[in-house]
Amino acid sequence: MKQRLERATGQHPGDSPIIKTSVRLLVPFVQLFGLYVIVHGHYSPGGGFQGGVALGASFILLALAYDLKTSIRHFSEGANAVLANTGALIYTGVAALCAVMGGLFLDYSALDKLIPLGPIEWRSFGIFLVEVGVGLAVMSIMVSLFWDISSGGEMDEGL
Amino acid sequence: MIWQLDLLILLLVVVCALATITVKDLLSATIIFGVYSFLMCLLWAEMGAVDVAFTEATVGAGISTVLFIAAILRTNRRSKD
Repeated sequence: MKQRLERATGQHPGDSPIIKTSVRLLVPFVQLFGLYVIVHGHYSPGGGFQGGVALGASFILLALAYDLKTSIRHFSEGANAVLANTGALIYTGVAALCAVMGGLFLDYSALDKLIPLGPIEWRSFGIFLVEVGVGLAVMSIMVSLFWDISSGGEMDEGL
Repeated sequence: MIWQLDLLILLLVVVCALATITVKDLLSATIIFGVYSFLMCLLWAEMGAVDVAFTEATVGAGISTVLFIAAILRTNRRSKD
């Protein structure tokens, strides 16, 4: 028992080739599913929030199976901050653009004056733009929440 | 909606909720809380609220369990009270 404990403390806990390989195979499919949920958010259950959480969960899964450094190498802190702000900016930008173009806040049919596609098409396309913004913001915030909590804000080693 | 299935899942939800607040080991409490979230997701999907069930499955059973485990890693595993 003691020998096993020493061997277990010597290496990173949960350092198993089975987990690493299965996570490496699983992560692209999780990300594809997250993108599918975001893109189909206005026809079917799901949307920006759920798809963003699924995308963020794929990076969290990577950090759990490997370590925090691998996760940060695949999705850097700078890119994380830029994507979070871009997502919030897309959301508020589309909403404010509707108000500037003469409609109400988040009234997408007003964007018809900018690019004439027809108000009904704009209502469908505007919610898609907003979903993309929400998805980006939620993904980045979920990943940075996990990084900060698991490493105590140090970003050097964690779960 | 099948009321027998609803009743069974609801019973399991109540059992999981009581187990979460009574268990002393915080890691066990977190895992039971994940089970609770997943059962709530099943209940919502069964009652027709697929969107809410989706949110519960991703956030409740997925992210919050991981965040709780990450928080427990930074504190003690045993509950004092």
